[in-house]
Amino acid sequence: MIDYTSVLSKTVTGLKKSGIRKFFDLLNDESMKDVVGLTVGQPDFVTPWHIREAGIESLQKGKTYYSPNAGFTQLQFEISAYLKRRFDLSYRPEETVVTVGGSEAIDLAIRAIVEPGDEVIVPTPSFVCYDPIVRMCGGVPVILETKMENNFKITPEELKAAITDKTKMLVLPYPNNPTGAIMTREELEALAPLLRDTNIVVLSDEIYAEMTYDGEHCSIASLDGMWERTVLASGFSKAYAMTGWRLGYLAAPAPLVEQMLKIHQYAIMCAPTTSQFAAIEALKNGDDDIRTMVEEYDRRRRYIYEGLKRIGIDCFEPKGAFYIFPDIRKFGLSSEEFCNRLLYEHRCAIVPGTAFGDSGEGFARISYAYSVKHITEALSRIEAFVKTL
Amino acid sequence: MMDKFLKLLEDNATLTPEQLAVMCKKEVGDIKKMIEQYEKDGVILGYKTMIDWDKTDREYVTALIEVKITPQRDRGFDRVAERIYNFPEVQNLYLMSGGYDLAVLIEGKTMKEVAYFVAQKLATIEDVISTATHFVLRKYKDKGVIYGVVDVDERGNCGQ
Repeated sequence: MIDYTSVLSKTVTGLKKSGIRKFFDLLNDESMKDVVGLTVGQPDFVTPWHIREAGIESLQKGKTYYSPNAGFTQLQFEISAYLKRRFDLSYRPEETVVTVGGSEAIDLAIRAIVEPGDEVIVPTPSFVCYDPIVRMCGGVPVILETKMENNFKITPEELKAAITDKTKMLVLPYPNNPTGAIMTREELEALAPLLRDTNIVVLSDEIYAEMTYDGEHCSIASLDGMWERTVLASGFSKAYAMTGWRLGYLAAPAPLVEQMLKIHQYAIMCAPTTSQFAAIEALKNGDDDIRTMVEEYDRRRRYIYEGLKRIGIDCFEPKGAFYIFPDIRKFGLSSEEFCNRLLYEHRCAIVPGTAFGDSGEGFARISYAYSVKHITEALSRIEAFVKTL
Repeated sequence: MMDKFLKLLEDNATLTPEQLAVMCKKEVGDIKKMIEQYEKDGVILGYKTMIDWDKTDREYVTALIEVKITPQRDRGFDRVAERIYNFPEVQNLYLMSGGYDLAVLIEGKTMKEVAYFVAQKLATIEDVISTATHFVLRKYKDKGVIYGVVDVDERGNCGQ
């Protein structure tokens, strides 16, 4: 008889199950078929046809082989051109690595840099993967709780207080999932002096960069003296509605790329070839698709923000991504109670803010990657629920 | 703004002025005025529903008819076009470049009915030189809407 508890890594068994996964498991039950959910963290658009067709064509032509480890040179070239065109970032093609989703880019950056005992500043509420990956490397996540009164941005004071001589990395997850917060150039400039003369590397997760409303996205790597200490992680999932293709990339200075590429080479070999051919088409001819989708998200963003305000729920107006993070503290329920009661009593699903860190208590994440009709129905259920509180 | 607003309405005519106002960052009153003006100017001509009749019991056939005509001295093709589009059977009518002059899309209950329309009403118009009738076997897409496919959210609760 094998004793699995002694077989398994204590580091892994010690990881908490993702809070969002727990909630999603509830929803996947047969009895939840009538639930109107605003939970999904992926676009409701289908990958634009010309991009799908490029993938199909590559299969028809039998292009089913491995690509070079870092990705096809043409794709690296297109990524480099895209980053310049859209965000004025200067990366040579060889300073990019094509990864399996933005998630792998995050994983590579943390694994290449963090050693046991190193501290990594993780702002929360945020995407659920940073903390466990840091722990798997033996690192120590230092949670920086962003606040609604600061529009969920990192302030210089908060950053200063979180930095110690053990700090190895700062995770910068903007535009932010789940809050919808962004950081402007001025706000990033205010953080930069705390980082410039240090050996702290910034892991800038910019997967939602294209979903920036009322202004342009600014990457911290575009600030003076920050390029050399930044790993930019991004991908195709959100901008081009390509979640299932599992394709992302990182961009970083050559000495970092060289080491991250080693991990990628041993663990993954290369990102899926079909997806890479589709991505080349996306980057070459997909700017208009992004614009069309972002305009539609923007309209829904205004609609849901006004809708929540109208029914008396306080909200920070999201400026990025496709989530809104209403403040439910005044109803006197915990996030989990609120979401569970909304689910069971009014058949509407939204995600408890605590799924994104303890600082999400008192909030809930609502995705507006849904049709207006769907959002309208969900809002009416939320309204009916809060009237009972 | 104007084009985007019209595109939004073209894609979904069920949006209320209140919804449109929030989505376009405008006042409800302004939206109502804009729509009214577009209607007055004939930019917005009507509001219809996309129906896949193949999923109902309704019996119908659609045909595309190529029509060659002799243009009239003063009014070119317009007079003949007018005579044709006034028939309620005619759904679409286009003046074409190329091998024929008018493309007429007509709908009837049966092939016989369509044949009767072509023979008795269309071909008999003076100035009509010839007609060629093509019956539609299946409609795949109309006005940007794909037929036979029901939009289902298959995303499930995956991802983060």
